Amino acid sequence: MVKEIERVGLPAVQICAIVPIALTVGANRIVRAVAIPHPTGNPKLEKNEEVELRKKLLRAALRGLTERIQEQTVFKQEDLSSEAGKEK
Amino acid sequence: MGRVKVVHYLNQFFGQIGGEDKAGILPQLKEGPTPVGQLFEKESGDRFEVVRTIICGDNYAAEHLDEVEGIVLKWVEEIRPSLFLAGPAFGAGRYGMACGTMCRAVQQKLGVPALTAMHPNNPGVDSAAKEIYIIETGDSTLDMKRVVSKLVALSQKVLDKAPIGMPKEEGYLPRGVRVNVRVEKRGSKRAVEMLLKKLRGEPFETELPLPQFDKVVPAPPIRDLAKAVIALVTEGGIVPRGNPDRIEAHNASKYCKYSIRDLNDLTGGEYQTAHGGYDPVYANDDPDRVLPLDATRLLEKEGVFAKLYDYYYVTVGNVTAVASAARYGREIGERLLRDGVQGVILTST
Repeated sequence: MVKEIERVGLPAVQICAIVPIALTVGANRIVRAVAIPHPTGNPKLEKNEEVELRKKLLRAALRGLTERIQEQTVFKQEDLSSEAGKEK
Repeated sequence: MGRVKVVHYLNQFFGQIGGEDKAGILPQLKEGPTPVGQLFEKESGDRFEVVRTIICGDNYAAEHLDEVEGIVLKWVEEIRPSLFLAGPAFGAGRYGMACGTMCRAVQQKLGVPALTAMHPNNPGVDSAAKEIYIIETGDSTLDMKRVVSKLVALSQKVLDKAPIGMPKEEGYLPRGVRVNVRVEKRGSKRAVEMLLKKLRGEPFETELPLPQFDKVVPAPPIRDLAKAVIALVTEGGIVPRGNPDRIEAHNASKYCKYSIRDLNDLTGGEYQTAHGGYDPVYANDDPDRVLPLDATRLLEKEGVFAKLYDYYYVTVGNVTAVASAARYGREIGERLLRDGVQGVILTST
């Protein structure tokens, strides 16, 4: 879906837990989510911490919408250490 | 002659541990076969002996592919089997990804032939189809008997180093390997015949399918985020409680649009997930964990972007046909574009 949205000319970022699948299906802008059943949450955290976590993920996603990219790119949260692969 | 030792990889469901509620379980060992493993044994005329079964939760495997791969390699090496089988995974994406990854690792790093089976659209196909044999399946487990029979037959050929036929004959997915064959008619004659069939609108079969690289050129980015309208979309099935439009829990036939105007937070009392492919407990408890409305509103209030679009779009991305998902994406994209949205955040589970 995200690929088709991007195809009509709208930048679209996918927040999903399994980055390899997003890369395989052809998403251009990807943010790694927390986990499959709760991509933008973490039930182990306190409510306010969870909202902060969501804001961080969303900030990464919004940054992904504002960057000019040439190829599939994984955008990471600002305070996370870099992971393998092509990440910004 | 002794029996062929087989190690079998399965998810929590086929491993008979549980459903989505157990999808987070770590890899675990079971000595001997599960019912699926018993099917392999039976189909091979008891030539195969599934001496060990490795079971891992779908979520855990998909989220920790490298770690699970390390564990599987260790557990397979202990047994030194002659064959490694995984799945069948049918249309299940997380499971397929794990099956493909484990098979490729076992075959490449331990030199043990490894085979699996899944639907051609399973993302696991791309993870390993070039390196290993993947038997083609339908998207439902009703196909099990036929798939097991094909998988066992091809495994035996691989073990016996017997000649392996073309993908169609053996039932595996094309690996992109070219084989020289001698045919009666020369190329020019075949080409003209194919062209004539095409002109007459008759079915024909190409001898060289071209790879389909379906990459989308990235859309131009948002220039000024502070002035931009952003929309939320999810494949995670978040719907008003009761699922008024009845989006299906799997292979959804539709997408829906719901107003979030004047709404700052999604609560479990008023929203829920309709998705049938993940443990719904966390999403039902707080739907913001899948559709992050609360935090998006906060960023909107902080002025990070100008405005959140008044509606969100939702479908269920669970064994949903690729063609349907592509259409939903296209239609949603066109509508959002028409309504002046400049950027989309999509969450998937």
